[in-house]
Amino acid sequence: MYIPHTDAEREAMLRTIGVKSLDELFQDVPAEFRFPKLDLPPALTEMEAVAQLQELAGANENTRDLVCFLGAGAYNHFIPAAVDSLLRRGEFFTAYTPYQPEVAQGTLQAIFEYQSLVANLTGMDVSNASHYDGATAAAEAAVLAYHHFRGKRGKIVLSPSLNPMFRATVRTYMDGYEGLVLTGDEASVDPFLTPEDLIPMVDQNTSMVAVQYPDFFGRVFDYTALAKAVHEAGALLVVAVNPTALGMLKAPGEFGADIVVGEGQPLGIPMSFGGPYLGLFATKNDFIRKIAGRLVGETVDAQGRRGYVLTLTAREQHIRREKATSNICTNQGLIALASAVYMSLLGKHGLRKVAELCYHKAHYAASRINQIEGYSLCANAPFFHEFVVCCPKPVSEINAHLLDHGILGGYDLSKDYPELSNHMLLAVTEMNSKEEIDMLCDVLAEVNHE
Amino acid sequence: MSDPTIFEMSSPGRIGARFPEPDVPLAELPQEFLRENLPMPELSEIDVIRHFTNLSRKNYAIDVGFYPLGSCTMKYNPRVNEEMARLPGFAHTHPLQPIETVQGNLAMMYELQEWLKEISGFKAVTLQPAAGAQGEFTGVMIIRAYHRSRGDLQRTKIIIPDSAHGTNPATSAMSGFEVVPVPTDADGNVDMAALRAVCDEHVAGLMLTNPNTLGLFDCNVKEVVDLIHNCGGLVYGDGANLNALLGIVRPGDLGFDVMHYNLHKTFSTPHGGGGPGSGPVGVTEALAEFLPGPIAGIVEEGDEEMAPLYGWVMPAKSIGRVKSFFGQFGMMVRAYTYISMYGPDGMRSIAEHAVLNANYLLARLRDTYKVAYDRVCMHEFVLEGHFADAPEIHALDIAKRLIDYNIHPPTNYFPLIVKEALMIEPTETESKQVLDQFAEVMVKIAEEARTSPELLKSAPHNTPVGRLDEVKAARDLVLCCWVPDKA
Repeated sequence: MYIPHTDAEREAMLRTIGVKSLDELFQDVPAEFRFPKLDLPPALTEMEAVAQLQELAGANENTRDLVCFLGAGAYNHFIPAAVDSLLRRGEFFTAYTPYQPEVAQGTLQAIFEYQSLVANLTGMDVSNASHYDGATAAAEAAVLAYHHFRGKRGKIVLSPSLNPMFRATVRTYMDGYEGLVLTGDEASVDPFLTPEDLIPMVDQNTSMVAVQYPDFFGRVFDYTALAKAVHEAGALLVVAVNPTALGMLKAPGEFGADIVVGEGQPLGIPMSFGGPYLGLFATKNDFIRKIAGRLVGETVDAQGRRGYVLTLTAREQHIRREKATSNICTNQGLIALASAVYMSLLGKHGLRKVAELCYHKAHYAASRINQIEGYSLCANAPFFHEFVVCCPKPVSEINAHLLDHGILGGYDLSKDYPELSNHMLLAVTEMNSKEEIDMLCDVLAEVNHE
Repeated sequence: MSDPTIFEMSSPGRIGARFPEPDVPLAELPQEFLRENLPMPELSEIDVIRHFTNLSRKNYAIDVGFYPLGSCTMKYNPRVNEEMARLPGFAHTHPLQPIETVQGNLAMMYELQEWLKEISGFKAVTLQPAAGAQGEFTGVMIIRAYHRSRGDLQRTKIIIPDSAHGTNPATSAMSGFEVVPVPTDADGNVDMAALRAVCDEHVAGLMLTNPNTLGLFDCNVKEVVDLIHNCGGLVYGDGANLNALLGIVRPGDLGFDVMHYNLHKTFSTPHGGGGPGSGPVGVTEALAEFLPGPIAGIVEEGDEEMAPLYGWVMPAKSIGRVKSFFGQFGMMVRAYTYISMYGPDGMRSIAEHAVLNANYLLARLRDTYKVAYDRVCMHEFVLEGHFADAPEIHALDIAKRLIDYNIHPPTNYFPLIVKEALMIEPTETESKQVLDQFAEVMVKIAEEARTSPELLKSAPHNTPVGRLDEVKAARDLVLCCWVPDKA
């Protein structure tokens, strides 16, 4: 399909090589296994492939047609057209990792700017060039904390209100470290505990404490007291953020976070059924040399012209091999670029505006739902754009009803917290109009009366 | 002249994207949580478009020209893939939607898993890993889980040939294993005697890149696999070089137990300037229950009238989750499109032409450059970038001089086992004309190395910047733009 060779060219090339046929090039492959017959569907032309893919895509109901109140880690936001327009430039998306800086200044400067934007948004000193997603960024924070104490601190505290997928990913990553205990989120712990409730779990054997801001239930807490306790124990405070919220809320750097991680998807990335997303990872200066993943730094050429290179590469696996603490090679280059374009377009005013829109609309929705018979807000704390509703019926039942009305309902928290049956996590963004919120309330009221 | 950064371009009060005023009553803002300062740039849309468009023009890319970067499989990235991934039915689905509303996504993922199994001869596949390196990590953690599930706790070592990718040792170490290297023999195969000497009851597995980073198919691959199996270990295949094997041989048939795929190398999803990649993992029947999940599966069988119901299945002894949700879904759509357009014969044609192109270039260059291990290669080969009669010239100089001829340099200084390595992978999407031009330029550069070495030492000459001071970058560490608000 995309192979340009003509028969004549192929023959000429075989002659130059000195073989008679293509088959002759594969003599090293054991004959009994050579040239298997593959049971794949016959090749399609582009026209046919498009029809097939359109049929598959059409078999889904998507958030352009449904009214979406589902969040829980992936959010429906408006993406200005300029973002995708720039992503489609072949010079960006068909380039490799910038190993040859003279011909990769575009990618390198864009990542440098991404790092700057993320550092400023989170209130931290430095950001890396990104990780795969929020969950793997959290896992890399745990790896960093473990090595920061040379493996001598055997405990990691994970708040139960840290995204369950983040916690699961941290567990997988840390499974190879013998004797390490991950605690704080056991089934016996109240999922709605406050940051202060975590303090007694922190001791001299703790390498890090990980919390979320706003937390998985949408709640906003001041982590100053927790940060103080964590630092008194000599441990690190890791804060997982929703970057949209940072358009209006205090940056975690202000209350003492050592490492900020987060899911960058809300920054101009389509939900795309869960990926590709973007792992935000920013730290204080103290940890620069322990950050996994790529870093871009500014420098000059022989004529003194400003330029950018991958730097501190001596930390990486291709040089240190088995002594490296992470095997990560790529970042999410193109997705980091998308978020840099998004942050540049929205800028200081747009980021604040989107955050406030989410906040006002979510609070309108919450106050209306709280007035509906049978429903109540059940996590008592300030919140940003997500909140927990105690429902009169199982969430799956309510959601089925909502779906009949073209509404994608909230997340069923009993999937991760068995004790939270009938607890729905709703997300409201700038995409939801008052009319949609009112419709949601009408259907919720209707469900209770059936 | 360097482009200003977006922070330097910022003009207070300028707005690039407007949003409507709230249509709901305003809520009281939580004063104690509000930030005072949001030090972000202020730009118009045209500022942003011009800035990033100008940056893009400083990039070399596959769309610009030949990109023979060894080990990276820089093949053409079909445009239709990009369109398909952006279909609203794919791009605007939320990952936590009820399965009844995303049957198209699940069917696509299920079918892609089936195709990847068929192409490589494995019995189960997870699409979750985000990239090749994460696929490797997944694979090694599966090997670990397998031994532990059998109560076999003494297996602490992973054997890695010195011709393997640099990620392999790092992956093993981060999974808690001790790394045991084995050398390469004179023909470029794994040194069998050395391998035999380290095979014992402490071996958890072997990580084998085949074809290896020299671009050679290991002639003893079956013996290597059997040797590891006989001492109770498992064999991990680094699938980074799978492009050479499509329709040629299936790693599962050769006895490999687990392997990762790089959708961004073999199956044409774009590299994106360093991601997003996608690194699915395939395994044998015995390892299927350890895969990370959830995995797309059939939860209710269909019949003649009803399509099956697709849903999520969690393997019984899963190593757990390696990332959020289900993987780099947008990359799966692209790879699915690509495979559907090639079909079974097309798969073989990809590998045949990738190998044809590499051997053609090797034939044209072997009289000019020393070939480390000179035999029929697979999809790539390694030259030595130095000349006895031009001692001051290094592989790096040859690489930089290629930029002057508008060609992206090959991978250099890798693999480590070849002196001044230049690792060349043309891929199947390049025509004979492009290869001929490259060969002519390489021959010319070899002449220049003798006649005017300063041309190589001072290259590149026509790029936005010359060779950059990497020592200064690491010493002075400037990782963020200067920000007016913070100053």
